[in-house]
Amino acid sequence: MSVQPETLKSLVKAAAEQLIASAPELTALDQAIGDGDHGTNMKRGFEAVLGKLNEIGVQPLDEALKTIGKTLVMTVGGASGPLYGSFFLAAGEAMRSRQLPDDLADVFGSGVGAVSARGRSRPGEKTMLDVLVPVLETLKAEVGRPDLIERIRTTASEAVARTAPMQATKGRASFLGARSVGHVDPGARSSCLLVHAVCNTLEARK
Amino acid sequence: MSDTVGIVIVSHSQDIAKGTADMVRQMVGSEVKVAFCGGNPDGGLGTSVSLILDAIGSAWSPKGVAILVDLGGAETNSEMAVEMLQPERRNLVVVCNAPIVEGAVMAATEAAGGSSLEQVRAVAEELSAG
Repeated sequence: MSVQPETLKSLVKAAAEQLIASAPELTALDQAIGDGDHGTNMKRGFEAVLGKLNEIGVQPLDEALKTIGKTLVMTVGGASGPLYGSFFLAAGEAMRSRQLPDDLADVFGSGVGAVSARGRSRPGEKTMLDVLVPVLETLKAEVGRPDLIERIRTTASEAVARTAPMQATKGRASFLGARSVGHVDPGARSSCLLVHAVCNTLEARK
Repeated sequence: MSDTVGIVIVSHSQDIAKGTADMVRQMVGSEVKVAFCGGNPDGGLGTSVSLILDAIGSAWSPKGVAILVDLGGAETNSEMAVEMLQPERRNLVVVCNAPIVEGAVMAATEAAGGSSLEQVRAVAEELSAG
């Protein structure tokens, strides 16, 4: 399967618009346990991605992913820039030698691995990995099932909720120690929003 | 004059970055190249990979560049910037695990004596060893 330009564009557009619309929510979450800039940073990054939509839309998928990654790296302005940027850069690199849909989990897993390396972080530390890793596990285990999209969406939602009782040991929230407990992690939430936007768009195009 | 290791200061705040660079210049003089940057791509508080790349370029020395950062995002963005350098420069830039002001002053002092990049980094990082 190759991804049609129109599908690619609608996926990128949906994801970007979702993040831009959710900026106030992400900022509110980040004000609780971080430095309050996650919403505006992600908004700036995805506005820049939207600005390149026509360029991205005609690129092969591996190049498109890298363009998204590079754009986020250069425009986000917080740690989430290199983190999300590394996800897309590594996924794009993996995509060069792989095929969809068979290797979807592989490609996604390459992105997740890059986030883990960049942040020197693992699941359980109240970060975006606490959503990305469960989503990866679901992708691996459930690929080929007719209700895969629904399962991924549910996995992401449940994974975000599980970050609330966690104590942060990475990132800015770790300075708060036990006071980070009780708040959902903003990075986990933005990862969930991205996953949901992709799922919803794919479902609507079925 | 022989080359000395260059110093790059990366803060979320341009004021802090500039103030740190001013202190370094006053204490160490102008024999060490010092570049600084602060602020996100919109000019608000934060850091910017492209500004960090520019700063590395202007502090560049064949002996390498030591970067001093303030908070998490400055470190992550600096590491990202280092990876985006041309391969032959990548191994000549280090992000020091040290407090930004004291680390910059110590690193620049060490650099002024003609020390290697590893020596400069080690002196700055002694501050964190407690």
